[in-house]
Amino acid sequence: MPESRTNSRDREPASAMEDLARDPASRRRFLRMAGGGAASAFAVFLAACNDDDDDGGGAGRTGGGSRPDPDVANPGGVAANRDMGRDPKEGTSDLEILNYALSLENLETAFYAKVIDSGLFRGSQLALIRKFADNEREHRELLETTVEKLGGKPVAPKETTFPPGTAGEVLRLAAMIENAGAAAYLGQANRIRDKEVLAAALSIHSVEARHAATLNSLAGLPVTPEGSFALPLSMEEVLSTVQPFIDS
Amino acid sequence: MTRANPIVPSLRALEVQGITRGSFILRSALAVGTVYGTGAISPYVQHAFAQRNQGDVEVLNFALTLELLEAAFYERALRLELSAPVREMAQTFGKHEREHVTALKETIDSLGGKPDEAPSFSFPIRNERSFLALAQELEETGVSAYNGAAGQIRSPEVLAAAGQIVQIEARHAAAIRSARGQAPAPRAFDRPLGMEEVLQATEPFLKT
Repeated sequence: MPESRTNSRDREPASAMEDLARDPASRRRFLRMAGGGAASAFAVFLAACNDDDDDGGGAGRTGGGSRPDPDVANPGGVAANRDMGRDPKEGTSDLEILNYALSLENLETAFYAKVIDSGLFRGSQLALIRKFADNEREHRELLETTVEKLGGKPVAPKETTFPPGTAGEVLRLAAMIENAGAAAYLGQANRIRDKEVLAAALSIHSVEARHAATLNSLAGLPVTPEGSFALPLSMEEVLSTVQPFIDS
Repeated sequence: MTRANPIVPSLRALEVQGITRGSFILRSALAVGTVYGTGAISPYVQHAFAQRNQGDVEVLNFALTLELLEAAFYERALRLELSAPVREMAQTFGKHEREHVTALKETIDSLGGKPDEAPSFSFPIRNERSFLALAQELEETGVSAYNGAAGQIRSPEVLAAAGQIVQIEARHAAAIRSARGQAPAPRAFDRPLGMEEVLQATEPFLKT
């Protein structure tokens, strides 16, 4: 991702999803699809005779024959991917999602530490950035504890490099990272199996949204760049967004 | 019923295992269908289907009432004398809440439920200051309400839609807090609220 881009979904509509983000009519359409899913589930049920309610895994909920490509996995599209033929939980685990979230929190924590060290910010903006950094650290700690509780191994922080810039450029980068963070949690919400993990993820999601909104404001971007309905991003989309900052 | 009737091949997948009442009725009805033809079963299946979605409809109606309250609140605020940026915020946020109302109603309809009627509201706001103070309270309640209710949602589609909405509520809450000179993200984790607590928080604004 070029450094000048602050929010790919805001600036450069380059995919169907991005078009969707900018078009309230299609957004409404896919929300309707999201809701209408239940009605078509009726047909799917008769076709496949598989109940998604009880097995928790939903394997076999693939009636109707038209399976969407799992690699276009962007739940936001609630649109594209909320096809009733597919359980969003398929092919993932809570541990995988938690470690994914942890890797993002690691990145955010490293980013804010560098921003604080840069000396670019003072006064109330510095205080705000410190507060956000503290929030991310707490997220990281909760996620690490939860990964361990589930018997997993918390992913280790990676070395990161962020492009140097003016205070304004750094704020735009911060906004981009936080918007992607919020979209990342949103993208996983309905893939989480455990209720407690879901509750934790949601209580973090809305805080990432607060960070994103605040940084958008400071960077001169809209508080709600996607309008009335926030859009999720898939793991692949988020990872490709943050990849440039992770040293290989 | 432990095994489906192999007359309909897809019914082979059926197993009775920790089933809900709704899915039990569905399965029974489908078993009947294999014998008498599917025409005979649709009324039963529709009934069972409505049952299966009842929980989500309830949560959606709960969210709808909150959104109706927020939409009415921002509309009321526009009758106040507001500075230009605050007026613009009230207009934009009010539009978001109206679109949430529309989306929730459509979703409830499509699940075979009936959207709750809009209650009458009254809000103790007299000026920009009291508007912003109450706006913060209502948006915070909204965030906590969605976060608290999400665990009860069964449909992944409905959960995704609720997530799309709660993120907007959180963005509103942060912007309003900033406008009031308060920390936009005072805690690392937003607290979920139960339905009872939310109803208590919103009850003072319902006209009886």
